[in-house]
Amino acid sequence: MRMSEFIIREAISADLKASQKNEVIREMVENLRLAGYFKGSEPEDVVKAILKRELLSSTGIGDGVAIPHAKHPGVERLVGTVAVSPKGVPFDSVDNDSVYVLVMLISPQERPSEHLRALEGVSRCLKDKNFVRSLRQATTPQHIWDLICNHDRGAP
Amino acid sequence: MTGDSVRKTVAITNPHGFHMRPMAAFAEAANRFPCSVTVIRPGMAPVNGKSMLALLGLNAPQGTELVIEVTGAGAAEAMQALVLILQRNFDEEEKETTR
Repeated sequence: MRMSEFIIREAISADLKASQKNEVIREMVENLRLAGYFKGSEPEDVVKAILKRELLSSTGIGDGVAIPHAKHPGVERLVGTVAVSPKGVPFDSVDNDSVYVLVMLISPQERPSEHLRALEGVSRCLKDKNFVRSLRQATTPQHIWDLICNHDRGAP
Repeated sequence: MTGDSVRKTVAITNPHGFHMRPMAAFAEAANRFPCSVTVIRPGMAPVNGKSMLALLGLNAPQGTELVIEVTGAGAAEAMQALVLILQRNFDEEEKETTR
Protein backbone atom coordinates (compact mmCIF):
# COMPACT_ATOMS: atom_id res chain seq x y z
CA MET A 1 0.00 0.00 0.00
CA ARG A 2 1.59 3.27 -1.04
CA MET A 3 1.60 6.21 1.33
CA SER A 4 -0.03 8.38 -1.29
CA GLU A 5 -3.02 6.01 -1.17
CA PHE A 6 -3.90 6.84 2.41
CA ILE A 7 -2.14 10.08 3.39
CA ILE A 8 -4.63 12.95 3.28
CA ARG A 9 -2.79 15.73 1.45
CA GLU A 10 -4.90 18.50 3.01
CA ALA A 11 -3.98 17.37 6.52
CA ILE A 12 -0.20 17.42 6.04
CA SER A 13 1.82 19.83 8.20
CA ALA A 14 5.37 20.95 7.48
CA ASP A 15 5.64 22.94 10.69
CA LEU A 16 3.95 21.51 13.75
CA LYS A 17 3.32 24.20 16.32
CA ALA A 18 2.91 21.91 19.32
CA SER A 19 5.95 21.05 21.39
CA GLN A 20 4.59 18.32 23.63
CA LYS A 21 3.57 14.79 22.67
CA ASN A 22 -0.11 15.09 23.60
CA GLU A 23 -0.42 18.45 21.87
CA VAL A 24 1.24 17.16 18.71
CA ILE A 25 -1.27 14.34 18.52
CA ARG A 26 -4.14 16.79 19.01
CA GLU A 27 -2.76 19.09 16.33
CA MET A 28 -2.49 16.25 13.81
CA VAL A 29 -6.04 15.04 14.52
CA GLU A 30 -7.25 18.63 14.20
CA ASN A 31 -5.56 18.80 10.80
CA LEU A 32 -7.54 15.73 9.75
CA ARG A 33 -10.73 17.33 11.06
CA LEU A 34 -10.00 20.49 9.09
CA ALA A 35 -9.48 18.30 6.05
CA GLY A 36 -13.03 16.99 6.44
CA TYR A 37 -12.62 13.94 8.63
CA PHE A 38 -14.39 13.29 11.94
CA LYS A 39 -17.41 15.14 13.22
CA GLY A 40 -18.77 16.22 16.55
CA SER A 41 -16.97 14.58 19.42
CA GLU A 42 -15.09 12.18 17.16
CA PRO A 43 -11.82 14.15 17.11
CA GLU A 44 -11.60 13.96 20.89
CA ASP A 45 -12.40 10.23 20.76
CA VAL A 46 -9.60 9.73 18.23
CA VAL A 47 -7.13 11.70 20.35
CA LYS A 48 -8.06 9.64 23.40
CA ALA A 49 -7.66 6.40 21.46
CA ILE A 50 -4.22 7.41 20.20
CA LEU A 51 -3.07 8.53 23.63
CA LYS A 52 -4.36 5.29 25.15
CA ARG A 53 -2.33 3.37 22.59
CA GLU A 54 0.75 5.45 23.41
CA LEU A 55 0.39 4.48 27.07
CA LEU A 56 0.80 0.80 26.12
CA SER A 57 4.08 1.58 24.36
CA SER A 58 5.39 4.63 22.53
CA THR A 59 5.13 4.64 18.76
CA GLY A 60 8.34 6.64 18.66
CA ILE A 61 10.39 3.93 16.97
CA GLY A 62 13.68 5.81 16.91
CA ASP A 63 15.67 7.78 14.36
CA GLY A 64 13.36 10.76 14.83
CA VAL A 65 10.24 9.01 13.62
CA ALA A 66 6.89 8.20 15.25
CA ILE A 67 3.80 6.41 13.95
CA PRO A 68 0.92 7.29 16.29
CA HIS A 69 -2.21 5.33 15.40
CA ALA A 70 -5.59 4.08 16.50
CA LYS A 71 -8.74 2.41 15.25
CA HIS A 72 -11.94 4.42 15.10
CA PRO A 73 -15.41 3.80 13.62
CA GLY A 74 -15.42 7.34 12.25
CA VAL A 75 -13.42 6.28 9.18
CA GLU A 76 -14.59 3.94 6.44
CA ARG A 77 -11.08 3.38 5.16
CA LEU A 78 -7.63 3.86 6.60
CA VAL A 79 -6.56 7.50 6.54
CA GLY A 80 -3.36 9.15 7.63
CA THR A 81 -1.36 12.29 7.74
CA VAL A 82 2.26 13.34 7.89
CA ALA A 83 3.63 16.09 10.08
CA VAL A 84 7.09 17.50 10.55
CA SER A 85 8.31 19.18 13.72
CA PRO A 86 11.41 21.21 12.83
CA LYS A 87 12.43 21.57 16.46
CA GLY A 88 11.60 18.02 17.46
CA VAL A 89 9.18 16.73 20.10
CA PRO A 90 9.91 14.46 23.04
CA PHE A 91 7.94 11.29 22.36
CA ASP A 92 9.21 8.66 24.82
CA SER A 93 10.92 7.07 21.83
CA VAL A 94 12.89 3.84 22.12
CA ASP A 95 16.16 5.73 21.56
CA ASN A 96 15.12 8.57 23.91
CA ASP A 97 15.61 11.07 21.09
CA SER A 98 13.12 13.66 19.88
CA VAL A 99 10.76 12.96 17.01
CA TYR A 100 10.83 15.12 13.88
CA VAL A 101 8.64 13.18 11.44
CA LEU A 102 5.28 11.72 12.40
CA VAL A 103 2.97 9.54 10.35
CA MET A 104 -0.48 9.20 11.94
CA LEU A 105 -2.75 6.30 10.93
CA ILE A 106 -6.45 6.01 11.74
CA SER A 107 -7.95 2.66 10.75
CA PRO A 108 -11.48 1.33 10.63
CA GLN A 109 -12.13 -1.22 13.33
CA GLU A 110 -11.81 -4.90 12.45
CA ARG A 111 -9.64 -4.28 9.36
CA PRO A 112 -6.19 -5.31 10.61
CA SER A 113 -4.91 -6.26 7.17
CA GLU A 114 -5.35 -2.71 5.90
CA HIS A 115 -3.38 -1.37 8.85
CA LEU A 116 -0.53 -3.81 8.23
CA ARG A 117 -0.39 -2.91 4.54
CA ALA A 118 -0.21 0.75 5.47
CA LEU A 119 2.66 0.06 7.87
CA GLU A 120 4.49 -1.66 5.03
CA GLY A 121 4.08 1.47 2.93
CA VAL A 122 5.29 3.65 5.78
CA SER A 123 8.30 1.38 6.29
CA ARG A 124 9.23 1.57 2.61
CA CYS A 125 9.40 5.35 2.81
CA LEU A 126 10.88 5.91 6.25
CA LYS A 127 13.66 3.33 5.77
CA ASP A 128 15.01 5.73 3.17
CA LYS A 129 17.11 8.19 5.17
CA ASN A 130 17.35 10.56 2.22
CA PHE A 131 13.56 10.65 2.08
CA VAL A 132 13.27 11.37 5.78
CA ARG A 133 15.94 14.08 5.48
CA SER A 134 14.02 15.67 2.61
CA LEU A 135 10.81 15.60 4.64
CA ARG A 136 12.50 17.44 7.48
CA GLN A 137 13.77 20.08 5.05
CA ALA A 138 10.37 20.56 3.38
CA THR A 139 8.87 23.98 3.96
CA THR A 140 5.31 23.40 2.73
CA PRO A 141 2.69 20.64 2.91
CA GLN A 142 2.65 20.51 -0.89
CA HIS A 143 6.39 19.82 -0.89
CA ILE A 144 5.87 16.95 1.52
CA TRP A 145 3.07 15.57 -0.64
CA ASP A 146 5.28 15.79 -3.74
CA LEU A 147 8.07 13.96 -1.91
CA ILE A 148 5.67 11.18 -0.91
CA CYS A 149 4.28 10.81 -4.43
CA ASN A 150 7.73 10.84 -6.01
CA HIS A 151 8.96 8.23 -3.57
CA ASP A 152 5.93 6.05 -4.25
CA ARG A 153 6.67 6.27 -7.95
CA GLY A 154 10.28 5.32 -7.34
CA ALA A 155 11.60 8.63 -8.54
CA PRO A 156 14.78 10.05 -6.98
CA MET B 1 29.63 -20.71 22.39
CA THR B 2 29.98 -18.47 19.36
CA GLY B 3 28.59 -19.05 15.88
CA ASP B 4 25.45 -20.93 17.06
CA SER B 5 22.62 -20.68 14.58
CA VAL B 6 19.01 -21.46 15.32
CA ARG B 7 16.15 -21.34 12.84
CA LYS B 8 12.47 -21.67 13.63
CA THR B 9 9.20 -21.13 11.80
CA VAL B 10 6.49 -19.43 13.81
CA ALA B 11 2.91 -18.81 12.72
CA ILE B 12 1.33 -15.48 13.63
CA THR B 13 -1.74 -16.32 15.70
CA ASN B 14 -2.71 -12.80 16.77
CA PRO B 15 -5.97 -11.85 14.94
CA HIS B 16 -4.45 -8.42 14.33
CA GLY B 17 -1.32 -9.90 12.83
CA PHE B 18 2.25 -8.91 13.60
CA HIS B 19 1.45 -5.28 14.42
CA MET B 20 3.45 -2.52 16.06
CA ARG B 21 3.19 -3.60 19.67
CA PRO B 22 4.53 -7.13 19.20
CA MET B 23 7.02 -5.73 16.70
CA ALA B 24 8.33 -3.27 19.28
CA ALA B 25 8.59 -6.02 21.90
CA PHE B 26 10.30 -8.30 19.38
CA ALA B 27 12.86 -5.66 18.34
CA GLU B 28 13.52 -4.73 21.95
CA ALA B 29 14.11 -8.36 22.87
CA ALA B 30 16.29 -8.94 19.82
CA ASN B 31 18.46 -5.97 20.72
CA ARG B 32 19.11 -7.40 24.18
CA PHE B 33 21.16 -10.19 22.65
CA PRO B 34 24.51 -9.89 20.83
CA CYS B 35 23.50 -12.42 18.15
CA SER B 36 22.05 -11.39 14.81
CA VAL B 37 18.31 -11.79 14.28
CA THR B 38 16.74 -12.13 10.85
CA VAL B 39 13.06 -12.48 10.06
CA ILE B 40 11.93 -13.92 6.76
CA ARG B 41 8.47 -13.87 5.31
CA PRO B 42 8.52 -16.49 2.55
CA GLY B 43 8.80 -14.81 -0.81
CA MET B 44 10.25 -11.62 0.61
CA ALA B 45 13.76 -10.43 1.35
CA PRO B 46 14.99 -11.14 4.90
CA VAL B 47 14.69 -8.24 7.34
CA ASN B 48 16.76 -7.27 10.32
CA GLY B 49 14.83 -8.33 13.41
CA LYS B 50 16.50 -5.64 15.50
CA SER B 51 15.08 -2.83 13.39
CA MET B 52 11.49 -1.64 13.90
CA LEU B 53 11.49 0.10 10.55
CA ALA B 54 12.55 -3.12 8.85
CA LEU B 55 9.97 -5.21 10.72
CA LEU B 56 7.21 -2.79 9.70
CA GLY B 57 7.75 -3.89 6.13
CA LEU B 58 6.78 -7.51 6.82
CA ASN B 59 3.02 -7.05 6.52
CA ALA B 60 2.29 -10.32 8.33
CA PRO B 61 -1.41 -10.88 9.08
CA GLN B 62 -2.77 -13.72 11.18
CA GLY B 63 -1.72 -17.06 9.75
CA THR B 64 1.52 -15.84 8.21
CA GLU B 65 4.45 -18.12 8.91
CA LEU B 66 7.62 -16.22 9.69
CA VAL B 67 11.05 -17.82 9.70
CA ILE B 68 13.25 -16.53 12.49
CA GLU B 69 17.01 -17.02 12.18
CA VAL B 70 19.26 -16.24 15.11
CA THR B 71 23.04 -16.52 14.79
CA GLY B 72 25.77 -15.96 17.33
CA ALA B 73 26.29 -16.02 21.07
CA GLY B 74 23.14 -16.73 23.04
CA ALA B 75 21.19 -17.80 19.97
CA ALA B 76 19.12 -20.43 21.74
CA GLU B 77 18.18 -18.11 24.58
CA ALA B 78 17.35 -15.32 22.16
CA MET B 79 15.16 -17.61 20.04
CA GLN B 80 13.24 -18.72 23.10
CA ALA B 81 12.54 -15.11 24.09
CA LEU B 82 11.54 -14.11 20.57
CA VAL B 83 9.17 -17.04 20.07
CA LEU B 84 7.43 -16.24 23.37
CA ILE B 85 6.79 -12.72 22.13
CA LEU B 86 5.38 -13.93 18.83
CA GLN B 87 3.04 -16.26 20.70
CA ARG B 88 1.66 -13.51 22.93
CA ASN B 89 -1.66 -11.91 22.08
CA PHE B 90 -0.90 -8.24 22.83
CA ASP B 91 -4.63 -7.74 23.06
CA GLU B 92 -4.77 -5.29 25.97
CA GLU B 93 -5.86 -2.44 23.72
CA GLU B 94 -8.62 -4.59 22.26
CA LYS B 95 -10.17 -5.33 25.63
CA GLU B 96 -11.04 -1.66 26.05
CA THR B 97 -12.69 0.02 23.09
CA THR B 98 -13.69 3.64 22.80
CA ARG B 99 -17.23 2.67 21.80
